[in-house]
Amino acid sequence: MINILKIASKNLMRYRRRTILTTLLITIGIVAVLLFISLSGSFRALMVGQITDSMLGHVQIHKKGYVASIESLPLTLNMKPAMVEKVTGYLSERDDIEAWTTRVKFGAMFSNFKETTSIRFNSIDPEMEIATSPLLPGRLIEGDRKAAFVEPGKIVIPELIAKGLKVKVGDSIVIVATNREGSVNGNTFMIRGVLEGISGPGGRDGYMHIDDARNLLRMEDTEISEIAIRLKSSKALSKIHKEMNTYFGQFNNKAGKPAFDVHTWEKLSPFSNIAKMIDMLDVFIKVMLVAIVLISIMNVMLMAVYERINEIGTIAAIGTIPSRILSLFVTEGLLLGILGAFIGSVISFTIVYIMNVKTISFSFGRQENLVLQPTLAINEVLIISGVVILVSVLASLQPAWKASRMDPIEALRHF
Amino acid sequence: MSLIEASGLCKTYQAGDIAVKAINEVNFNIDVGSFVSFVGPSGSGKSTLLNMIGCLDSPSCGELHVAGTDVSSLDQKQAAIFRGENIGFVFQDFNLIPVLSVYENVEYPLIMVQNWPAAKRRKQVMELLDAVGMKEQADKLPSQLSGGQKQRVAIARALVTNAKLVLADEPTANLDSVTAHRVIELMKSMREKFNTTFIFSTHDPKIMAEAEVTYTLVDGSIENKEEVAS
Repeated sequence: MINILKIASKNLMRYRRRTILTTLLITIGIVAVLLFISLSGSFRALMVGQITDSMLGHVQIHKKGYVASIESLPLTLNMKPAMVEKVTGYLSERDDIEAWTTRVKFGAMFSNFKETTSIRFNSIDPEMEIATSPLLPGRLIEGDRKAAFVEPGKIVIPELIAKGLKVKVGDSIVIVATNREGSVNGNTFMIRGVLEGISGPGGRDGYMHIDDARNLLRMEDTEISEIAIRLKSSKALSKIHKEMNTYFGQFNNKAGKPAFDVHTWEKLSPFSNIAKMIDMLDVFIKVMLVAIVLISIMNVMLMAVYERINEIGTIAAIGTIPSRILSLFVTEGLLLGILGAFIGSVISFTIVYIMNVKTISFSFGRQENLVLQPTLAINEVLIISGVVILVSVLASLQPAWKASRMDPIEALRHF
Repeated sequence: MSLIEASGLCKTYQAGDIAVKAINEVNFNIDVGSFVSFVGPSGSGKSTLLNMIGCLDSPSCGELHVAGTDVSSLDQKQAAIFRGENIGFVFQDFNLIPVLSVYENVEYPLIMVQNWPAAKRRKQVMELLDAVGMKEQADKLPSQLSGGQKQRVAIARALVTNAKLVLADEPTANLDSVTAHRVIELMKSMREKFNTTFIFSTHDPKIMAEAEVTYTLVDGSIENKEEVAS
């Protein structure tokens, strides 16, 4: 085999310019794919991180039907204490969950004593919330990020309302809400922070302390609208989601229907569609790479066979069996693939390293200076290189087969 | 003892609707270690006959035994293996592989055909290069050699597998008369050294005079057999 490799490499070097051009084409293809995957993966991870770590968490559990009616934030579909206990009891037993938070979500009227508008609130336990959504304080554009996120009597409002009603941190405002029985109640609060908007559900919500919400809504029980969960590793999302679905699927309501809904962030955020598009683009560009490698290798190997017909006749005449001739040409294709994959991978790693050193930032919606940190996973590089090498071998099979089946007499007559 | 036995051997080609008889029921025996030439004008069937003896082509009828094997029914792979084990070829255009050195060209059949271990290969190749007087040129590429030197390398490559038979189709056609004579002399000396049977085709009267047995082919038939006492 080593001897065949030696002969094949010498054969490649006889057409040096062609070999260099083909290798260059494969290299450019590999670099393009790896950089695209690296950048799109970084963008995806960044955006998913923003969404899960500043708002949604990785998984959310609601009473069945709540998500379907989430636009109206129905208090009648809150989870009762017994249901909450079932969920929190289960979550405490799992060691793959980093944190969870319980939220009461409701709609209310917001008044600055001159104007009134509608607002949606997440009422939270600040410690649990920050443990689950660690990037939430980072979204504060006004107010102290290091202080407790919310305290009784102090709320955080979205930027849209702060601008629309011209209120700022330290102002007093009134929140009026209707509870599940239809009673209306209002309380005065102080604004302790203004939160930047973010695309997706909950991106324009305000926050208040959960005790304030219970007081405002005159809740007697510790009802909860949703439980957001942060996993230790987002890679385990689908496995954990499946296990949770199975576990909570065993609980039925009085009507005999499932009592809980378990959703991943992907089901709750429209960004998941963008993430899917990025994944599709990844696949598309990989297919393009395969096509480039297939066509370039097949072309160069067909030319090699055509130009060496007489030589093929000679080696066949001296007794080289067809499978050896086939392996010689396949090895030439293999070497082209390995060379292109290796150089392409090295260049890609270098460019990714430089990009990390130089720091690439961008804006997404209202968020500015998001820093891309492209990475290249070794297994991704190995898989793509492996595919390129495999395609190189497949592309050289047809020309190699043609060479191995040549009639030696005809081949020897060819000049 | 016969190395080659041909009986009623024929080869017919189909050219459109017309069947062309390239070889017409020829019979001959060639002994081990003999130095034989097939001569005749272009189109007389010399190359066709050598191709059949060399298992590059199969007869349309008759029997052909080479080194005790009926070669008329070998498939492509069997024929390749048989050639690799028994037959060496010397071509009119030398047919050396341009990217390989002299040494590597001679070594090539031992790698691609017989898979000899490296140390044994080296010994054999150097011995053959020495025998054909090309040891000093071992690292040169074919493009750096004269026509006569290339043919010497080709003869070494043909003999390197310890072939029983070397077939040379017009081996001197591209050489000047002095070089051609030297090549024939080299082939003769190799025959003496390795007891290999040499068969070559030519239409050069000076070269055909060097053969011990000469078969004259006309229109696919053996018209004459001439033996020169050694």
